[in-house]
Amino acid sequence: MTAFADQLLPVELEERAPDDLSQLLTADRVADPVDASRAADAQPAARGVPPKPAEQSEQPVQLGPSTQSDRAARPDRSDSAARADQPVQRSARAGRPGRNLGDIGWRGLTLAAAVTTVLALGSVMAFLALEGAPAVAGDATDLPAQAPDIWALTWPLLFGSAWVSGLALAVAAPVGVGIALFSVLIARRRLGGWLGASIDILAAVPSVVYGLWGLTVLAPLVAPAYAWVADRLGWIPFLAGPASATGRTVLTAAMVLAVMVLPLVASLSREVIRLVPSNLIEGALALGATRWEMIRLVVLPQARSGITAGVMLALGRALGETMAVAMVLSPTPFLISFHLLRSENPGTVASFIAQNFPEAHGLETNALIWLGLVLFALTFLINSLARTLVRPKGGTT
Amino acid sequence: MSHLQLDRVSAYYGAFQAVADVSLNIEPCSITALIGPSGCGKSTLLRTINRLHETIPGARVTGDVRLNGQDVLGPGSDPVEVRSRVGMVFQRANPFPTMSISENVLAGVKLRGRRLAPKQAEQVVERSLKAANLWQETKDRLKKSGAGLSGGQQQRLCIARAIAVQPEVLLMDEPCSALDPASTAAIEELMVTLKSDYTVVVVTHNLAQAARVSDQTAFMSVDRAGQPGRLIEHGSTVSLFNAPTQTATCDYIAGKFG
Amino acid sequence: MTGLDLIEVDSPVTGSTGSSLAPGRAQALWRSSQPLASTRRQRRRRIKDRAMTAALAACALIAAVPLVSLLWTTVSHGLARLDPTFFNQSMRGVAGVGGGALHAIWGSVLITLAATALAAPVGLGTALWLVECADRSRSALTSGLARAVRAVVGVTAGIPSIVAGLFVYALIALVAGPGYRSGLAGAIALAVIMTPVVESACEEVLARVPGELREGALALGAPQWRCVTSVILPTARPGVISGVLLGVSRVVGETAPLLLVAGFTDSMNLNLLDGRMASLPVYIYSQWQNKGVQAAAYDARAWTAALVLVALVLALHLTARLSARWATRKEH
Repeated sequence: MTAFADQLLPVELEERAPDDLSQLLTADRVADPVDASRAADAQPAARGVPPKPAEQSEQPVQLGPSTQSDRAARPDRSDSAARADQPVQRSARAGRPGRNLGDIGWRGLTLAAAVTTVLALGSVMAFLALEGAPAVAGDATDLPAQAPDIWALTWPLLFGSAWVSGLALAVAAPVGVGIALFSVLIARRRLGGWLGASIDILAAVPSVVYGLWGLTVLAPLVAPAYAWVADRLGWIPFLAGPASATGRTVLTAAMVLAVMVLPLVASLSREVIRLVPSNLIEGALALGATRWEMIRLVVLPQARSGITAGVMLALGRALGETMAVAMVLSPTPFLISFHLLRSENPGTVASFIAQNFPEAHGLETNALIWLGLVLFALTFLINSLARTLVRPKGGTT
Repeated sequence: MSHLQLDRVSAYYGAFQAVADVSLNIEPCSITALIGPSGCGKSTLLRTINRLHETIPGARVTGDVRLNGQDVLGPGSDPVEVRSRVGMVFQRANPFPTMSISENVLAGVKLRGRRLAPKQAEQVVERSLKAANLWQETKDRLKKSGAGLSGGQQQRLCIARAIAVQPEVLLMDEPCSALDPASTAAIEELMVTLKSDYTVVVVTHNLAQAARVSDQTAFMSVDRAGQPGRLIEHGSTVSLFNAPTQTATCDYIAGKFG
Repeated sequence: MTGLDLIEVDSPVTGSTGSSLAPGRAQALWRSSQPLASTRRQRRRRIKDRAMTAALAACALIAAVPLVSLLWTTVSHGLARLDPTFFNQSMRGVAGVGGGALHAIWGSVLITLAATALAAPVGLGTALWLVECADRSRSALTSGLARAVRAVVGVTAGIPSIVAGLFVYALIALVAGPGYRSGLAGAIALAVIMTPVVESACEEVLARVPGELREGALALGAPQWRCVTSVILPTARPGVISGVLLGVSRVVGETAPLLLVAGFTDSMNLNLLDGRMASLPVYIYSQWQNKGVQAAAYDARAWTAALVLVALVLALHLTARLSARWATRKEH
């Protein structure tokens, strides 16, 4: 009905001759009392304020000529005139206050988008479980890498994921937090900006390029160092030889991963360090604290939960990182080993899936989907933990 | 133009009652000033009239607001329609930043889904800007963004935007509180000319302003924080300022609180 | 000597206690504390401070090393095959020198566009619903759904991309049977990754649109949907574009999900609905993995593809950044 009035309006405005204006005005003024009396019918003198339509309908006559033409151009007039003509539709609309078709349609569309989001993203686990179940339930004859059963496949890979990611975070967490501290509290504004931009570039580089870089640049570079370390420091348990000749070991993969998650740690830490109230920092400095003391006494305690959350998110990312590890590391099946420099290395869940999926058939596929479910559950857990850490503090995230 | 009647209007934010039992009769073609100390619910009361109050989550209104006798708050009334009959100007000028000056003036027409012929649109823009005393300053840059105007000009642009769609009532929520004295004077002058066409309700903190421009004045007050605001006194501006009947009004006008 | 004279020195500035910290301020304050160190204990503190500052600066340097190495390697190795052939030939029938990545570039473009077409409306729509409808609603059902949406988005924002690939594989395996691979499946997988990115960026931008504009539009008698389309979306547009571009730059380099569900081929395939479709990231992986006799040719192609991909991602990233910066500048 509004649409009707919309269509009506321009025609009316353009076609009516000036002497029709008063007519339009009158028609409009008749409209109001009708509405008013209907409203009065609906709530008969509800609170002792009876409407007085008659008096009001007379008032416009006193208008000066200029305002009269103003009135005529007024969109609402035709609207209310149309309203008076169609009492049935008016009362029909009364059932849904504050809505019109456009709003209903709009709300419906956005609601549909929201529901799609929940259903699509929420069903990830359901579908993985559905397709992964056969690998756990069935008799395990056709599992990837001739695994005797699904758990014999899962545990070593989970160990590998945790080991590589843990090593990566051991490097990335302190360095990332250091970068964040440096860029917010120490570096001048311009240098801080450059640092931020570089970190963004590191974050934007696709993982497959990291993989290529790890293989072509990093591995050959570190291989001689590995040999040297295994030779001299081989008595330290983790560093026992024989060192890999190619340099493609757990440690190299962890280094590539560290570079990849470094931007995440740095940018998330930077955000929380920025949120530390500057009056606290100034207060500490004004008391004579050195800059490092200020960081240790004020900034780190304030930002701790945020930084922890950032590190956990980075851990989640590292656990799920696929291509770089898949390219750098050639795993030995079912191996659980803490050796950093040897050429026999454990695989990770994500890279195992990527390496085996293209050629997988039948139950092998199901087993890989099962591994995906395990990986999903693990990252889900870590991300949820990180979220609960951030929420009470930030509020805005 | 239009007679506005408030009958026992109470407004709530969740469990908190901001306005209690305000009954007010607002004469057509006049300026009614709502005055009172901060937090007495003046602005909230104003926002119930065009049903903007209820857009805040948890906010609700009871009582009756009648526009020409027609129920505004009841289930049969469409807030969108109410708002097209009751224009509003806000405390902070809020021209739409993505629109040019003329687009801003026509925003109301566009937002109601109507289209005007180009010539007509020009007429509406010119008429509204002239009515808002902004035509001379902006006629050469109608296609430029409204954000480039000064604060006072922006506020007048917002008034032009509100009157471009020819409302019956114009609500003004402290329209001058963010403006310098010169701009305030310009807008006060404008308000006086607007009252020949519109029923104007203005919330103001500025007693002198209320005394200068308004015909009727309503004084609202609140006993203490956490209590709802109530209407203390309502009458013609002259009598309210010269011979208030309530001690609270007297104290407020004398500058004892608020 | 004590904090007192320091406070006096700093009194003009300590009054300004903004919530965010300007780096230069800390610097200036720290400078002014230097002459204080006099006793031996003070000297020890100062040395420690110096050492830690140096350590923090070293962290920044450590990050710069791989960045420079990575970019340098990519450019220097990639330039070799950055020739017209690379951009106008596929790998069909190529075993050794020659060949190009035309099919992979087309595949990447098509898959990413399709993913954007899926994720952008859903992400933006979800954000609109959350900010414009759910947050303004009193219904318990609505706010429950809103909480669910935010939780799901928050969790899926962090899922490994390979899981998204497996999910789509599992989904499609139920419909089309196992072993089915197509560009569309890849696009769906990328959309799963992209939707949370777009949604959270849009939500943030929409929430930043001043309430005054919303009220101004409503007070003019606008129905809510017109208020959104005519006022809120135009105001938020640069931010929304930036969010979508960030989402695109996030997925355009994704390898694992495409490897699983879109597969790889040496030939052109412009049909999203049918058959394996190559993409730049998977092209890089497969060039490296399936080296033929002339391994150097495969490596060179991989690096050139990497160069193109990195340039593309950085360009997208930069555009998104500029758009976001433009958006915030306009606000002030």
